[in-house]
Amino acid sequence: MDKIVVKELDLFYGEQQALNSINIAMKERSVTALIGPSGCGKSTFLRTLNRMQDLTPGVKIIGQVKIDGQDIYAADTDVVLLRKKVGMVFQHPNPFPKSVFENVAYGPRIHGETDKKKLSEIVETSLKDAALWNEVKDRLHESALGLSGGQQQRLCIARLLAVGPEILLMDEPTSALDPISTMKIEELIAELKDKYTIIIVTHNMHQASRVSDRTAFFLSGDLIEEDITSVLFTRPAKKKTEDYISGRFG
Amino acid sequence: MKAHQANRFASILLWIGAVAILALLVAFLALILGRGLPYLTAEFFSGSDGVRGQLFNSFYILFLSLIFSLPIGLGAGIYMAEYAPQNRFTDLIRLSTESLASVPSIVFGLFGMIVFVNMFGLGFTILGGSATLALLNLPILVRVTEESLRAVPRSYREASLALGATMWQTLRKVILPTALPGLITGITLVAGRALGETAILIFTAGMNVSRILFDVNPLAAGETLAVHLFAVKSNPLPGTNSDQIADGTAALLILMVIVFNLCLSIPSRWLQYRLQGKNRG
Repeated sequence: MDKIVVKELDLFYGEQQALNSINIAMKERSVTALIGPSGCGKSTFLRTLNRMQDLTPGVKIIGQVKIDGQDIYAADTDVVLLRKKVGMVFQHPNPFPKSVFENVAYGPRIHGETDKKKLSEIVETSLKDAALWNEVKDRLHESALGLSGGQQQRLCIARLLAVGPEILLMDEPTSALDPISTMKIEELIAELKDKYTIIIVTHNMHQASRVSDRTAFFLSGDLIEEDITSVLFTRPAKKKTEDYISGRFG
Repeated sequence: MKAHQANRFASILLWIGAVAILALLVAFLALILGRGLPYLTAEFFSGSDGVRGQLFNSFYILFLSLIFSLPIGLGAGIYMAEYAPQNRFTDLIRLSTESLASVPSIVFGLFGMIVFVNMFGLGFTILGGSATLALLNLPILVRVTEESLRAVPRSYREASLALGATMWQTLRKVILPTALPGLITGITLVAGRALGETAILIFTAGMNVSRILFDVNPLAAGETLAVHLFAVKSNPLPGTNSDQIADGTAALLILMVIVFNLCLSIPSRWLQYRLQGKNRG
């Protein structure tokens, strides 16, 4: 079933158009990778899906993004509820300067959970789901900034899982990490796919082919091609896609 | 080779600068404390012309002025850093705070005298003094608040908002706690100025001390320690040992400011240490 349906989506930074009439649909419980050279609009597109783009001054968005059939740009959309449902992992791990526990408990707390026992349960489950529990269970009350980069990124994923999202947006989540941490995150993505709809931006084509079910190729604000990952990488329909994945530019 | 020599030369110059600052501070403290400390006896505080009233007034006026200035200063600073759009209006506000920050304090004193002492007819009062002092400190508070909040990484805001937090929740639970050490530094700065200020207070809080000990009536006149130092030096009363009183008062003022700063900065350092994470191993 289609979880996200995007129709004729245009995005402008001031006068400049950054996305040109994007049409794409993403299936529930699948991983979609967005690839393309720097500045192609893949991250810009990702940030329209939880309306984080609203925070950039001077952005204008035209078109439709439907999640579970609801247009998220409709006037009556509650952005708080939307972002609770559509979570985001950023390029650089950005844990709060708080303890590991407080980082994960932050989301549930702002959404009104005060029961200590329940918070502890949520923290434990989320850390386990993010494959971090065993590494941090003895230091829950130490600062999260003392963790390694890879651990911090998994902590950010745990923090996100704690608010109970349905869709996970990942904006180059491993680009600041070493190969071993990257591998752990990729394994995690494979596990999370059973429960969540995942959209991952990556500049690493190998990563796209390893983790995703479908891949979308962006170039200069256009969605050039979108297909099953193995098909897109072996038998692309468009010349530009072929040039890019064979390393002729980008 | 030339670059190498220049580098060495620069290092030495900078080192001399740093050492000079330290030497100046040591010399200054040694002189003031050396002269004044011997007079800091019980008699000095609670004798017939003891300064316990002035000591109390210093902190009372500081406290009241912070009560007036903190909510407005923090509020305006937060607004400027987080909510205000970048346009001509905010540029104007920023320009006004900068201009206000450079007004000589004696002019604020005159302003306070015209408004509180004369127009409102309060006379010389602790209330008028604190309110005028608050005016002096407002621009700095706004500035420091804005800067400390801007120093909080954007990624913290994004992380919080992306979890579905409102701007207000993000501000309260992430931005303000992270900016707290900076805010405390700002408050220390402002408080130090308030404790040492004379020009404003001579014109507004007067040079008299209430006969009642620890008079909390804000409509009483309230000479502070710094004003007292000015008063005994510039207009010594016959029969008093004004030089000794001045030296003692100066030493007491320095001690007061040092202790006050430590009281604020130690918890702030501790907090920063906790936020940044302990070193492992």
